[in-house]
Amino acid sequence: MLEIDNVHVGYHRSSVLHGVSVEVPKDGVAAVLGHNGAGKSTLLRAAVGLLTPSSGAVRFDGEDVTRRKPHERVARGMAYVPQGQQAFPHLTTAENLQLVADGRKRGKAAIAEALDLFPALRTLSNRRAGLLSGGQRQQLAIARALVTEPRLLLLDEPTEGIQPSVVAEIEETILALAARGGLSVLLVEQHVGFAMRAAQRYFVLEAGRVTSSGAGGKESVAAVREALSV
Amino acid sequence: MTVILGQTFTGISIGAVLLLIALGLSLTFGQMNVINMAHGEFIMAGAYTTYVLQKSITSAGLSLLVALPVAFLVAGALGALLEWLLIRRLYLRPLDTLLVTWGVSLMLQQLARDIFGAPNVQTRAPDLLTGNITLIGGDDPLTVANSRLFILGLAIAAVVALSLTLRMTSLGRRIRGVVQNRDLAEVSGISTERVDRTAFFIGSGLAGVAGVALTLVGPIGPTMGTNIIIDAFLVIVVGGIGQLKGTVIVAFVLGVLQSVLEYSTTVSVAKVLVLVGIVAFLQWRPQGLYTLRTRSLV
Repeated sequence: MLEIDNVHVGYHRSSVLHGVSVEVPKDGVAAVLGHNGAGKSTLLRAAVGLLTPSSGAVRFDGEDVTRRKPHERVARGMAYVPQGQQAFPHLTTAENLQLVADGRKRGKAAIAEALDLFPALRTLSNRRAGLLSGGQRQQLAIARALVTEPRLLLLDEPTEGIQPSVVAEIEETILALAARGGLSVLLVEQHVGFAMRAAQRYFVLEAGRVTSSGAGGKESVAAVREALSV
Repeated sequence: MTVILGQTFTGISIGAVLLLIALGLSLTFGQMNVINMAHGEFIMAGAYTTYVLQKSITSAGLSLLVALPVAFLVAGALGALLEWLLIRRLYLRPLDTLLVTWGVSLMLQQLARDIFGAPNVQTRAPDLLTGNITLIGGDDPLTVANSRLFILGLAIAAVVALSLTLRMTSLGRRIRGVVQNRDLAEVSGISTERVDRTAFFIGSGLAGVAGVALTLVGPIGPTMGTNIIIDAFLVIVVGGIGQLKGTVIVAFVLGVLQSVLEYSTTVSVAKVLVLVGIVAFLQWRPQGLYTLRTRSLV
């Protein structure tokens, strides 16, 4: 579904990714793990088009989208949940979702389906997103991405900095989404246990290079931990 | 008492003109953080549009009615062109934007001189707007110019239209979304470039409408926009960047303050006192009259 092929990406003159290749299988989940500063978020930003690789290619469903703008990639079925529970702070919860649904044929239905996954958001529909807790904002961020009815979901540390009770809820929702089919997921995560539970493939990123990769699943947890400890 | 009421209403009418001018800025400067020094020349473009239309449409009333939408389109198109040619390359570079748009404003002024000549020109106001209306009769009557009432009505209509557009329409949501988090808007499927251009079109178009209104209360000249644009920037800053209700309140407060101070002092002293008041106010509330509270800055 997504093929990131030998990409080199940087900010201004400082290079962050040095020839990284990652593949996300159709209807499958791939996890990218690594320490802070390894280049995980940069990889996702390049995948969605917020950063343009200096070389290499990003292919989505067979099409080369390397030079496509982010909104064009979203129109093709890519959705991205950035790190840090991002929302439009001065828009209400309802407006955050409506903003994405505007102009879409199934906009209303897509909002309803997203809210079914995070029912707590229904009671917060008139509250400004900037006044929500971190966990509520992260639920809103995932719901907002789902309103675009994506075929590929890019998740950047969806459980980072969130209270444990909400972390469990978000993890279960992501696992359910991945299991229901029709959606591929590229998950950047620091929690090895959760990432390996969700993923069929994993990639360990270290200093902008893939240093280890393999099949996902609980049995790979030890191998991943070892790769991360090096 | 009549004198105080009279000065207050004069102040409200000055505030209405200020509000009309500041309204376009509230979108381009208040919402998009672009310091467009050529905004005053879009006002001028609106005013000259009225002048040109009156040459082909002899009925002053009809030409004024036609001028409102046409001036909106002319000034809006100029704004969208400026955004496409220059400003989109300068987002997040406010000083460069200020210098470049100042240069554009000088070019537009010269263009107006070349086309219409350096001396000011005038339009005819419709008969309906040339008289006065008596609000309080008797020995010491309080009268208000019809044209001032028309401008007040136009300003209120423009505020309501802009407010409804920003709050109730998908375009308004997109504009607010792009202003609040550009990257997030883009990855939410919104073409931020298109939204920028549309917002600039509307903001500049509103300047054109303000230009039409100004033809009712003064002459049309190449520098007419420059003379008033600084006051409009002050309205936005004091009201709170991006806060429409702050813009409305401060426009009227500054208008009334200016009018009352002018009555008890002189025009120049009143101007100085208002500016001193603004400096003191911004020392106390640098964020302006209104600001939004959030738990995070994302």
